[in-house]
Amino acid sequence: MSSHSPEVAEHRYRQHHFVTAGQQLDTSKTGMWLFLATEILMFGGLFVGYGLMQGVYPEAWVAGHHHLDRVLGAVNTVFLLCSSFSMVMAVHYASTDQKSKTVLNLGITLAFAFAFLVIKYIEYSHKFHEGLLPGRYFRLAEVGGPPQQAMFFGFYFMMTGIHGFHVLIGIILIAWLMVRANRGDFSSAYFTPVDLIGLYWHLVDLIWIYLFPLLYLIS
Amino acid sequence: MADTITATHISGHADHHDVDYLHDGKGMKSWLTTIDHKRIGVMYLWGILFMFFLGGVFAMLIRLELLTPKQTIMSAETYNKVFTLHGAIMVFLFIIPSVPAALANFVLPLMLGAKDVAFPRLNLFSWYIYMIGAFIAIAAMVTGGVDTGWTFYTPYSTTTDGSVALMTFAVFVLGFSSILTGVNFVATIHNLRAPGMGWFDMPLFCWGIYSTALIQVLATPVLAITLLLLLMERTFGIGIFDPKLGGDPVLFQHFFWFYSHPAVYIMILPGMAIISEIIPTFSQKTIFGYRAIAFSSVAIALVSFIVWGHHMFTSGQSQLASAIFSFITFFVAIPSGIKTFNWIVTMYKGSVAFNAPMLYALSFLLLFGIGGLTGIFLGAVSVDIHLHDTYFVVAHFHYVMMGSTVIAFLGGLHYWWPKMFGRMYNEPAAKVACALVFIGFNTTFLPQFILGSRGMPRRYYNYLPEFQFLHQLSTVGSWILGLGFLIMAGYLFASLRKKMDAPANPWHSRTLEWQTASPPITHNFHEIPTIGGGPYDYYRPVGKGREA
Repeated sequence: MSSHSPEVAEHRYRQHHFVTAGQQLDTSKTGMWLFLATEILMFGGLFVGYGLMQGVYPEAWVAGHHHLDRVLGAVNTVFLLCSSFSMVMAVHYASTDQKSKTVLNLGITLAFAFAFLVIKYIEYSHKFHEGLLPGRYFRLAEVGGPPQQAMFFGFYFMMTGIHGFHVLIGIILIAWLMVRANRGDFSSAYFTPVDLIGLYWHLVDLIWIYLFPLLYLIS
Repeated sequence: MADTITATHISGHADHHDVDYLHDGKGMKSWLTTIDHKRIGVMYLWGILFMFFLGGVFAMLIRLELLTPKQTIMSAETYNKVFTLHGAIMVFLFIIPSVPAALANFVLPLMLGAKDVAFPRLNLFSWYIYMIGAFIAIAAMVTGGVDTGWTFYTPYSTTTDGSVALMTFAVFVLGFSSILTGVNFVATIHNLRAPGMGWFDMPLFCWGIYSTALIQVLATPVLAITLLLLLMERTFGIGIFDPKLGGDPVLFQHFFWFYSHPAVYIMILPGMAIISEIIPTFSQKTIFGYRAIAFSSVAIALVSFIVWGHHMFTSGQSQLASAIFSFITFFVAIPSGIKTFNWIVTMYKGSVAFNAPMLYALSFLLLFGIGGLTGIFLGAVSVDIHLHDTYFVVAHFHYVMMGSTVIAFLGGLHYWWPKMFGRMYNEPAAKVACALVFIGFNTTFLPQFILGSRGMPRRYYNYLPEFQFLHQLSTVGSWILGLGFLIMAGYLFASLRKKMDAPANPWHSRTLEWQTASPPITHNFHEIPTIGGGPYDYYRPVGKGREA
């Protein structure tokens, strides 16, 4: 059990311009959902560009996607799905005053996120090695096939790169949550940061679930 | 004062809360670390006013160069950079943040009876992002400049020299500042209205800002990704927008205008929002058609997302697409017309006072009328084919962006100046400045409609001798405009040097920001107001309006 009573927690974390803790929670959630909408629209722009160019150069897209490692992509998908589950559990335990389980599940989420980036690193270094680089750095003579693969890999690196950046931000945020959870900051009366960063993490997962088939499973 | 809400304190720190926000904490550090929305609004105000000055200097240089058909004061290369910087600064660093980030930041929470915006720290953060973006933009100017025009069209922008990468990065950064402001305002309006204030008890300014904030949240991310793609195109040659590499430059235009057309409404909706406040106040009359004006703001925001193709009638997009975009574009005229007619009817049989803010509002009605109607010319495909990329377009968007938004911004600045700084400005001087700005503006831009309809293309460095008279008229207009702004700067700065003399409610308005002291105390109100009536209940005596 948390060492704080709900009243103390409410007093401690309610900011001066809110009348009640409930109002503060609603406001924070509104803000987070709006932020998630901006993320979807930003990735939406990339998806539209990717889809349009795939329509123009389908053969280059198919040829390009054969260079991607489906197994590693699938493993990463599983990792992120598992991390989403542990994140849900972390939110659940934070909201039911179970501190050590909250910390444990945040730790599991963090481990999966790291594993995702390690695999991404392995994939990237293979690509660099084989000359599968974006745009003018694409080594067509070594790779062979349609020249527009350079554009495919431009999209590949941008989409996975921006997604990877979001994973990195997620790692920092989850680590911060772990420190705070361990300190006993969260209780059934106040667990907004866990809740909101949980939402963020699910979106990062969701975007990957779209990226994986779009990039790896074309034909 | 009779106008202020009864001073019973809700917390123990009475002394601290009684100090006005300008004197609550001294020195640079107390400003740079503040999370008070009023101080952040003021810091934004100085930032955007400096940028307005910078963009204005570039505008004067453009007009000076166009005094003669050949070279006047600068080379063609410099001219390209000067008009690009004028556009980029005015759009991204001045107009977009002008009303929302500076004025609305200050008055929105006051109007809602709230102590602050929803996320005060995010608010400060957005100001820092704005400043960082501004510094990057200035760095881009001094390290080679940009000659692409503010639209950064590909493939020119991916192949030309200069600091295009740095400038697009600056705009990318500025976009985040805009997004954070938008998120903050939507959350504020949803969750921080005073007890008893329903959606239709809000002043119309809040509806306008709400619609603006929605566009900021939904459109700006697309600009962010477009600029990122442009950066990648320049650094890696990905080829998405470059026809040489199999890309599609028209795709860039689609991406760009998917943001930048809604962005036009990010610029105009706050201007309309200000007019909806000034006109009832200075007519001392309930606004006519409250709900019609409120919903027309939201309607404009929604339609703004599906008309972007009207910027591209000559780009080679399909004729069917052009016809559809043209058809939808005409729909924008309906909510705009609804607003205009309601404002005019509000004045009917009111006791109209012609103070400086009201003069700006009346100028707005006229100039927005011209800007809006010429927009319908350009929305018609067949007319646009003739007028596309001519001075007619330049004149049209200046009538909307400057003649409407900037005029409304100036109206708002004069309207809320006493509230923001607790000082009245020299009213006769303000009227003279307003007249000069109005005359100067029309002298500058009316001739450009004629120039454009006779075939003078925009952005050209040289022109045919037969256009010289109208160009010179336009340049003389820019000097009158400059003089107006000079006088304005004079009396506004002069007012800051005198003692605080503004009453809490100099214009006898009924909205909440006027029911607290000028300048307001740090926490805005001594106690959170509860709302009994509407924001425009002019049939009730002053001070007996809002608080039940």
